[in-house]
Amino acid sequence: MSFQKSTFHHPRLKVNDLGLTYRDYEGALSTLCAGCGHDSITSAIIQACYELSIEPHKVAKMSGIGCSSKAPNYFMSKAHGFNSVHGRMPSVTTGANMANQALLYLAMSGDGDSASIGFGQFAHVVRRQLNMVYMVANNGVYGLTKGQLAATADKGVKNKAGEISLFNDIDLCSMALQLGASFVARSFSGDKKQLVPLLKAAMSHRGFAFIDIISPCVTFNNHPASTRSYDYVHDHITTAAVTDFIPIKTEITTDCNVGDCEDICLHDGSIMRIKKLDSEYDTRNAHKAIMDIEEHKKKGEILTGLLYFKPTASHFHEINNTCDTPLNQLTQDALCPGARILSGINDSFR
Amino acid sequence: MSKHNEKSLHKQTLHKQTLSKKSPNNKELPQACQAINEFVIRFANTNGTGSASANNMFAKAILRMGIPVSAKNIFPSNIQGMPTWYEVRISEKNYLGRRGGDSELVVAMNSQSINDDINSVKVGGYLLYDATKALNSEQIRGDINYLGIPISAICLKEYSNPRQRQLFKNVIYVGALAALLDMDFAILKDLVKDQFKGKEKLITPNIYALELGYQYAKQQFICPLPIKVESRDLLNNRIMVDGNTATGLGAVYGGATVVGWYPITPSTSVIEKFASYCARLRIDPATGKKNYAIVQAEDELAAIGMAIGGGWNGARAFTATSGPGISLMAEFLGLAYFTEIPVVLVNVQRAGPSTGMPTRTQQSDVLCCAYASHGDTKQVLLFPQDPHECFELTAQAFDLADQLQTPVIIMSDLDLGMNDHLSTEFKWDDNKKYQLGKVLSTEQLDELEVYGRYLDTDGDGICYRTLAGTHADKGAYFNRGTSRNKFAAYTEKSADYIDNMERLTKKLTTASQLVPQPIIKQGKKIAKIGLIYYGTSSHAITETIDHLKEHGLSADTLRIRAFPFNGQLEHFISKHQEIFIIEQNRDAQMKSIIVNECQIDPNKLNSILHFDGLPITSRFIEQAILTHFEQQSSTQQAS
Ligand SMILES: Cc1ncc(C[n+]2csc(CCOP(=O)(O)OP(=O)(O)O)c2C)c(N)n1
Ligand code: SF4
Ligand SMILES: [Mg+2]
Repeated sequence: MSFQKSTFHHPRLKVNDLGLTYRDYEGALSTLCAGCGHDSITSAIIQACYELSIEPHKVAKMSGIGCSSKAPNYFMSKAHGFNSVHGRMPSVTTGANMANQALLYLAMSGDGDSASIGFGQFAHVVRRQLNMVYMVANNGVYGLTKGQLAATADKGVKNKAGEISLFNDIDLCSMALQLGASFVARSFSGDKKQLVPLLKAAMSHRGFAFIDIISPCVTFNNHPASTRSYDYVHDHITTAAVTDFIPIKTEITTDCNVGDCEDICLHDGSIMRIKKLDSEYDTRNAHKAIMDIEEHKKKGEILTGLLYFKPTASHFHEINNTCDTPLNQLTQDALCPGARILSGINDSFR
Repeated sequence: MSKHNEKSLHKQTLHKQTLSKKSPNNKELPQACQAINEFVIRFANTNGTGSASANNMFAKAILRMGIPVSAKNIFPSNIQGMPTWYEVRISEKNYLGRRGGDSELVVAMNSQSINDDINSVKVGGYLLYDATKALNSEQIRGDINYLGIPISAICLKEYSNPRQRQLFKNVIYVGALAALLDMDFAILKDLVKDQFKGKEKLITPNIYALELGYQYAKQQFICPLPIKVESRDLLNNRIMVDGNTATGLGAVYGGATVVGWYPITPSTSVIEKFASYCARLRIDPATGKKNYAIVQAEDELAAIGMAIGGGWNGARAFTATSGPGISLMAEFLGLAYFTEIPVVLVNVQRAGPSTGMPTRTQQSDVLCCAYASHGDTKQVLLFPQDPHECFELTAQAFDLADQLQTPVIIMSDLDLGMNDHLSTEFKWDDNKKYQLGKVLSTEQLDELEVYGRYLDTDGDGICYRTLAGTHADKGAYFNRGTSRNKFAAYTEKSADYIDNMERLTKKLTTASQLVPQPIIKQGKKIAKIGLIYYGTSSHAITETIDHLKEHGLSADTLRIRAFPFNGQLEHFISKHQEIFIIEQNRDAQMKSIIVNECQIDPNKLNSILHFDGLPITSRFIEQAILTHFEQQSSTQQAS
C-alpha cells in the first residue's frame, strides 16, 4: 500500500530559492520496516534536493525491484518515477535519458538489483557514462525476498538464518572505478551529515555519479554477526574525503586548511569543496582508490566519503553527439524526411 | 588488377585451345528445357567468396529488363567456407514465391556441394560449371546439358592477386549468363557503374571480367539457350529491395529517435539500415549533431529496456531482434504491456527453437509474441508481406504504439527481411501527421481538476499519459509493474486488479479496430475454399490460386495483417465451407490463436504447415489442398 500524506503546509515553513518547502519534496508514506536504512536515504535525498532547489518535476526517479527500489515512491511525488523490473533500471534509465537529456535522473537500486541480476546492466551503464546519479542501497541481503545473502555480503559472514556467505564479495565502488565512473562515493545511511553533501555533489555533477550507500536492513541483517548492521558500520567506518557544496554566487567564507581542501568549479558555476579527512587521500586517482578500498577492508574498516571525482568528464550525449534539443521534443518536421526524398530512395531500388 | 594495363587487356581474345577443357556436351544440347522469362536459376557458391554481389547484379539486370524476378539467398550461419545458394526465379506471370523443385539452370561454383547441385538440375536443364577441373564420370548425367567454362583457369591467367582471382570468377559467370540467356549487356555495364560509384577504379576491371565470360560463352556455346529472357515492361513502378532496409527506413519516416539493440541474424540489418539512413537524413543541418541516438546494448534485455525507457519519456523508440532475443525480451514486454508504454519491436523471425536454424526462415514466433510474458498478456502484432508493407507498417507501428500505449511487434521473417523482393514502391503522404496519442500538455494539465493515469475517461480502454517535465505540480505518477489503482497507487485489492485487467482487454478491442485490416479477396459468389495466410506466404498465393483453377477449384483469400483480430476473420471463416490456414511453422500457431480468439468451428480449419526453413512454395500449398480433397472424396466413396 502507499499512503497519501496530508498536503497541509504550515504557513511558517521555511522555503528554498524556488519558494518550495521541504514537504514539497516528500513522497508517499513509506511502507518499509521501521528503522530501515533505505528510509534514511530517502530523507537525505529530500534534503539534498530541497537545499539545491531542484525543480521536482524536472527529476526522473528510476529504480529496479527490491525494498530499496521502492524508495523513489517515498520522495518527490511531484516527479515522475519508473519502478521497472529487477536489475534492469540501468537500461530503462539509458533509454529515458536518450529520449530526454534535460531531466535529472535519480536512480535507486539494491545490492541484489545491481550486483547480481543486474550486474551486466550496472557495468554497461557506467561504461556509457550516462548522466545520472546511481545510488545503491547496500544492505548485504535481499530484503524483499526475506534475507538471502547478496553478492556484496562479505565472505564468511552469516545472514540471520545462519547461512554463510561462501564466495568472494563484489565491491560496486571498485567496479565503478574500474569501469570509468567519473564520480564514485560510498556513504552510510546513518550518517546524514556525510551523505547529504555527497548527494548534492553527485546531483550537481554532469556525468555518471555512483554512490554506494550502506543501508542496514533492520529486519534481516542487523544481527551481531553482520558486517552491514548499524553497530558494525558505526564502529568500522573511516572517511577518505567529504564534500561541501557551495551554490553559485555564495561567497566562500568557511576556512579550510590549505592542502587538505580543494574547490572545484562545476559546469553551472557552483563550487564543490572537497575536504580530505585523510590528507594522504587523492580523489583524482581511480586506481589508487581501488587499492585504498581494499586496504581498508583488510584492516576491517569501511572506507567511505568521496572516493573519486573527475569534474571534466564527458557524458553519453556528448559522446554520441546528440542534438541539444531533447529527442522527445523533436517534431515531425525535424524527424520525417518527406515524400520528395522518398521518391529518390525508391529510384535507388530500381 | 593484375599488372596488365587495361587497354591491352581489352584487346586480348580467348583461345579455345589454351583455356577450355571441353565440356562434355559442348554445342550439343539434348532434350533441352525451353522457356522465355519463366524459369529458375540456382547459383551454388561458397560463402565469403563475394558471390552475393555478383548474383545480386544478375537478378537486378533481369529486373532492369522489365521482367519480374525474385531472389532468395539460402546461406549458412557462417562467415567463410560453407555452401550457400542463391535462387533466382524469373517470372513474367509474376509468380514471385519460391517455386521449389529442380532448376532449369544451375551455376555450380562450389566443389563441396557440386554433386547435390548437379542433381538439382531439372531434366533437360543446364549446368554451368567451372571446367578447370574435369568432372568425374559419376557427375555426368545423361539428361542434362553441361556448359563447362574453365573459370578458375581464366582467372589464374588474367589476374595475379588471389582475392581478384576469387572475386572475378563470379563476375565471369554473370558475363557468360548474359550471352547464354540473351541478357542486355549494356544493363550489366550500367549496374557495374552504379555499384562502384565513387570507386571508379573498379569499374573497368569488372566490366572486363563480364566481357571475358560473355565472349567465352559466345564462342563456345550456341547462344542464346532455349531458356532465355526477353525485355518486357512488367514492373509497374515496382522496386526491388529487402524488407529490413524497408523496415529501417520506415522507422526513420515514423519518427523513431531512440534505439537500443543487440546484433542477431536476421534482424541486424534493420538497425544497420536505420543507422545509415539516419546518418544521411537525420543530422541537424545547423549543428551537425544527431537527431537520434542508437546504443548497441549489452544484450536484448537492455535493448528493449532502453526502448521502453525512451517510450516512457515520450520519444519514439524501438528495437529489433530475432529468435533467442525475443525470449529474452519477454519480461520487459510484460512490463510495457502492463504499465502501458508505447514501444515498437521488430521481430525478424528465424527458424527453430533455441539457436535453431539461424539463417533460415519461419513464422514460428507467432504464439510466443501474441501472448509474450507471464500473466495475462496480449500484444499487438503486425504482419507485413513485402518491403512496401515493412516500410508502411513500421511507420504506422509508431502511431499505433503511441495511440494504444502498448508494445507493437512487427512480425517480419528472414525471407522478407534479408531477401530482395519486388515490391510496390514506398509511399509517404506529406499531409499525414504523426498520431501521438493521448499525452497531456502543460495547458491541458492546468485545466484538469483530477488526474489519474489509469482513468478511462473516454471509455475506449486508453487513458491519458503525462510525460516527465511537463507540469510543475500536476500529472506526475509512479510508473510501476505492480498492480495499481486508477491513480497509479499500489494496490492488491482484487476489484481494482480486475477493473484494470478488464480495461486492458477493452483497449485490445479498440486496438483491433485501429490496426491494419485483413485483405480479403473474394468473388461475388463465395468460393468453397477460403485460404487464410499472413506475411511472406502471400508470395506463393497468386500462383496457388491460378493452379487451383486449373484443377477446377476456386478459392477466396484472407490475408491477416494484424493481431488482435476483429470480426472480419470470423465472418470469412463462417462463410467458407473449407478453410485452409497457411503457415510457416510446425505447430499451427496462427490457427491456435484463431481458435483461441474467435467464435468459430475449429473443425473447419485445415492447416498447411511448411517448416523446413525455406520459404514456402505454391507447389507445397497446392499439393496439400489437392491431397485434402482427394482424401475427402475417397472417404466419401468408401462410406
Ligand atoms: C526476475 C526476478 N527474479 C526474482 C525476483 C524476486 N526479487 C524481488 S526483490 C529481490 C532481491 C532484492 O534485493 P536488493 O536488490 O538487494 O533489494 P533490497 O530489498 O535488499 O533493498 C528479488 C530476488 C524478481 N522480482 N524478479
Ligand atoms: S526487509 Fe530490510 S530492506 Fe526491506 S524494508 Fe525491511 S528493513 Fe528495509
Ligand atoms: Mg539488498
